[in-house]
Amino acid sequence: MRFVLKTNYAQDVNLFLHNGQRFWYGLLALAVLLAPLVLDRFYLGEFAFVYIWAIAGVGVMLLVGYTGLVSLGHAAFLAIGAYAHAWLLTQGVPFVLSVPLATAFCAFVGYIVGLPALRMTGIYLAIATLAFERIAAWVIEHWESVTGGHFGMRVPDPTVFGMSLDGPVPFYYLCLGILGLSLFAALNLLRSPTGRAFIAVRDSEVSAESMGINLARTKCTAFALSAAFTGLAGSLLSHRIGYLAPDAFTVQTSIQLLLMVVVGGLGSLQGVVYGAIFLGLLPQAIAIGRDVLPQWIGEIPGLEPGIFGLILVLFLIFEPLGIHGRWVKIRLWLDQFPLYRRATYKRQRSYLRTERVR
Amino acid sequence: MSLFEAHDLSVSFGGIKAVRDVSFSVEPGEVFSIIGPNGAGKTTIFNLVSRFYETDSGTMTFDGVDITGAPPHRIAELGIARTFQNTELFEHETVLTNLLIAHHVHRRTNLVTDLLFLPGARRQELDFRRQVEDVIDLLDLQSYREQPIGALPYGARKMVEIARALCLEPRLLLLDEPSSGLNPEETEDLSFWIEDIVADLGITVAMVEHDMNLVATVSDRVMAMADGAALATGDPTEIQNHPDVLRAYLGD
Repeated sequence: MRFVLKTNYAQDVNLFLHNGQRFWYGLLALAVLLAPLVLDRFYLGEFAFVYIWAIAGVGVMLLVGYTGLVSLGHAAFLAIGAYAHAWLLTQGVPFVLSVPLATAFCAFVGYIVGLPALRMTGIYLAIATLAFERIAAWVIEHWESVTGGHFGMRVPDPTVFGMSLDGPVPFYYLCLGILGLSLFAALNLLRSPTGRAFIAVRDSEVSAESMGINLARTKCTAFALSAAFTGLAGSLLSHRIGYLAPDAFTVQTSIQLLLMVVVGGLGSLQGVVYGAIFLGLLPQAIAIGRDVLPQWIGEIPGLEPGIFGLILVLFLIFEPLGIHGRWVKIRLWLDQFPLYRRATYKRQRSYLRTERVR
Repeated sequence: MSLFEAHDLSVSFGGIKAVRDVSFSVEPGEVFSIIGPNGAGKTTIFNLVSRFYETDSGTMTFDGVDITGAPPHRIAELGIARTFQNTELFEHETVLTNLLIAHHVHRRTNLVTDLLFLPGARRQELDFRRQVEDVIDLLDLQSYREQPIGALPYGARKMVEIARALCLEPRLLLLDEPSSGLNPEETEDLSFWIEDIVADLGITVAMVEHDMNLVATVSDRVMAMADGAALATGDPTEIQNHPDVLRAYLGD
């Protein structure tokens, strides 16, 4: 078992608690940086896709896992980010400007959506955001001069200072870099007053107010930030898709985003990454499984959504804290090996307010 | 001048008049207790002061500022902190994070500096961290520092809540039944801590309490209530022997 001897307060503020963490995260960083040397084109593309999911996941996690507000409308932010970015590119705006502009636009839309959401929590908020998603989808389908309507629009290739980022290797590094920055920003947020205000609102609104936290402003900030991260992911996603059409962003996308943070583990940024890996690579795993398994299993229609659903149900029953929660328990068990108390996690309440009796 | 003044406060829920024309004042540096049978409207008064309930009539001033219409988060910014009857802590977080959240009113950073964690944000975090440690020292919470609230016994949660309120560095501290759920030993410790808070930190305390022993030990003045109305205000022994108060508790 590791005992961390703290000798100054900076140790509680720093991102890494001890050298062990520095070593393992450094190793991970090295591994993902060197991955293009080993992996072929196809898997690089798949990993870039996982990173894009993770960027969107950071946004969803800030709102759902840290502020306790459930949204079923995040596919709309993904779509708005993608379309805004693609439209700006077609207008001749350079890539390095168009990404932040699309992100800022998403933050603005998120703020506006957050305003009516101030009085709603739980299932009511989920339905309201679902309605927003439908409205956004309708606008995208019908605003043909900008979005191309049902015919869709082609996304210009990403170029930075005359250098094309279209190949699998540059795009991999682009996604990885932006994911790194997103995680860094989210970690910073969570160790400063803004992030703690989110957590306060999640755990007790009355208490948060009596601590001087402005509920309305905090919730709107959470919505805006969440939309910004998701929109940022959307702008990258547009390049992966290559050709935007309304059916790329549906309610199912929103549900997948929510599923990602629940499976990964609510209330942890590591959970975002686990969830993104799960969501991004599972379809591939299923596709491989189809070839290996006997034909009559591989050809069952609806195998993929079925397996997704099954895994979600199993998680909700056996591990509501997600992959990250399970990992924390395993680590604690290893730490305290013969002395682990089975009841350690028995009394914890759920993160999502929908699951609470009020 | 009084630190806090309430003038003719009234509030009703449907047909029930929870608080009827209650006036009182809290002087700087004193411990002011509100007692009364269950349902007398004691906690309701605290919720009016915290601005969780809208007053039907009457006014409240804190340090000369009218707070009758202030939004709830403004109350903490002005310097009034409170605890809750059944503890309202941030369940999933550690004691340390709970106390850090209470520093929100003292924040000097904004969203952008927080996102980038600029040197100013780091300095602020270190300052907060140091100030939290002073409160932990004062209330002897060292052994709980890194524990999540969910793993704490009830008595410790009560103390963490008081610690969290102190982290706001308030001028007026509202304690809603601080001794409920504590054993006699913990209650005795509490009375020492309340005296320390007033004497060392210079914080004025107003509390709702049932334990007459605690009230008599620490209070300078006591207000007795029944059925939403104030019966009498005075020093503890005076109130304990007041005929109206005895009638409210024991009947005719």
